[in-house]
Amino acid sequence: MSTSPRPAAPMPAVPAMPPATHPAGALEARGVTLAYERSVVFEGLDLRIETGEITTLIGANGSGKSTLLKAFGRLLAPTAGAVELGGRGIRSMATREVARQLAILPQKPLTPQATSVRDLVSRGRHPHQSLFRPWTPDDSRIVDAALRDTGLTELADRDAASLSGGQLQRAWIALVLAQQAPIILLDEPTTFLDLTHQLDVLRLVRSINRERGATVVMVLHDLTLAGRYSDRLVVVGGGRVIADGAPWEVLTPGILREAFDLDAIVIADPSTGSPLIVPVDPAPDAGTATGNGTGTSARTGMQG
Amino acid sequence: MTGLDTNRTAGVSAGNRAGRGVPARVVAVTVACLLAAVALALVGIAVGSSSLTVPDVVRTLFGGGSPAHELVVFELRLPRVVGGLLVGAALGLAGALTQTFARNPLATPDILGVTSGAALGAVSAIVLAGGSYTVGAGLLTLGLPAVATLGALGTAAVVYGFAWRGGVDSYRLILIGIGATATLGGLTSYLIARAQITEAAAASQWLVGSLSGISWASVWPVLLALVVIVPIALAQSANLGISQLGDDISVGLGVAVQRHRLIVIVCAVVLTAAAVSASGPIEFVAFVAPQIVRRLARTGRPPLVSSALMGAVIVTGGDAFARGVLPGEVPVGIVTAVIGAPYLIWLLTRRKERESLS
Repeated sequence: MSTSPRPAAPMPAVPAMPPATHPAGALEARGVTLAYERSVVFEGLDLRIETGEITTLIGANGSGKSTLLKAFGRLLAPTAGAVELGGRGIRSMATREVARQLAILPQKPLTPQATSVRDLVSRGRHPHQSLFRPWTPDDSRIVDAALRDTGLTELADRDAASLSGGQLQRAWIALVLAQQAPIILLDEPTTFLDLTHQLDVLRLVRSINRERGATVVMVLHDLTLAGRYSDRLVVVGGGRVIADGAPWEVLTPGILREAFDLDAIVIADPSTGSPLIVPVDPAPDAGTATGNGTGTSARTGMQG
Repeated sequence: MTGLDTNRTAGVSAGNRAGRGVPARVVAVTVACLLAAVALALVGIAVGSSSLTVPDVVRTLFGGGSPAHELVVFELRLPRVVGGLLVGAALGLAGALTQTFARNPLATPDILGVTSGAALGAVSAIVLAGGSYTVGAGLLTLGLPAVATLGALGTAAVVYGFAWRGGVDSYRLILIGIGATATLGGLTSYLIARAQITEAAAASQWLVGSLSGISWASVWPVLLALVVIVPIALAQSANLGISQLGDDISVGLGVAVQRHRLIVIVCAVVLTAAAVSASGPIEFVAFVAPQIVRRLARTGRPPLVSSALMGAVIVTGGDAFARGVLPGEVPVGIVTAVIGAPYLIWLLTRRKERESLS
């Protein structure tokens, strides 16, 4: 458990927000209880998302990290407590107003048929439009910039359904960028991608954070990548926050054992200096002591 | 991936594209459908036992026809053709709405049980009230559409209620709809079996779906429904586009998903009920029209306006074909079923290839 306070200024000065008409309000869970049917996932949880940081929720399978992200994105109603955005209950605000401040990319969006990449990304402008404020050249410029920032300019007129997995994920992120919300929630944005494309997506996320000053909250499975690209890690499990802090404070052997049932040593990544998780195989004669799961994690080097 | 400064240094040259405007191909298809509907309406007015030429029809419509022609055009043919146009438009639009909302071409008012619910309501009005659709204009203008709407709304509520599991799975919705259709069909048959012979005959004839009994009195409710519903449906068009991406991302993009769904369903149900009470259930129009238009326009979902126009084309054209080419008075519902059923089978067999869609 990390008790030391997080550094007050974890990053270099954050550039000013893009000229957003809707300034960022802080996102905060206050006494939130989350439940599916009758099984309670979290009870009375408090968690404040720091503006301008990349916060990553990690935890074992079934720990409720995606559930928590959904609550932050108002996709799931807490049975008690509330998620607040700028001090107001997020579920009592007009959903379109929330959408201008907070964008969410869920795990499995449906790729529409016969829709060009540009058309798909254009839908990110939806919260800014209405019958009385139709499409403008500004919208087109924002969409073009989102396509360029995600390296999709060349593919803009392709059918979205024909993109590869990595390209498609970038298209979804471009849609979220076009939404121009100061807070961006990403639910496992790297799932189903190979390592190169995972890095590609996470570098893109970091540049969105560093250059636009966007607050990012995401769920990731890969602990090493989470440590490498996050300012703050929140480990959840057993219906509570197990640890919360900078990557080096959180990714310790003790916490890894508690949260993931994982025996590992943590060393400095030779290329970045961020924590590198190295799982340890159980000794042959002590195989039963550490339970299942560790063998698998040793092979993949990650577990979530 | 550098330079994430969206607003200032964007590619201005490409920035002035049409953006999210209506694609040219959709406009072309819409205009083509409109022209076809007008042409088929003129042909439909001309065709019949006392045959007119299309120029005769045009002359008469613009006030230059003989009294005999005026009688045929305005009293006999026009209500039927206008009725066909409006019923077709209502069905086409209803189909486009439900198919888009459920993200599945099989989800049409016919298959979801809404049409059967409206039919059961209408048949009970015909049988229990002891009047047929040709008798009692009072029943026709007020009673029958109201009862049909009740039947349709009730069915929609039940089917949707059973299909709801924290979200709507389109296959579950369709399977429950098929069950509801069978149940309601059974109830309708029961009513007919218990009815007096004249009423039973009237109800059975009505159930095929025909424009032969249509009069100005039955046209007005459909017109009213379209005038009210079309603007509401069009206002939901952008939300329908977003909802194709999934429920969670729709919420993220600021769509009030529950309210949007309710509006779309009520629109589709009211349109279906209005159409069914005017003409009886004309099968497969709601199913076929949006899919033809979607393929012609090459869009991800059926465009609403051209789906309505295509529905009008199919019903008016089918009725003109039935009267002008086929021997005897074949109801248009039989023509559309003969076209539509094979199309359904074709679509079902092709669907396997892209099962992943839903």
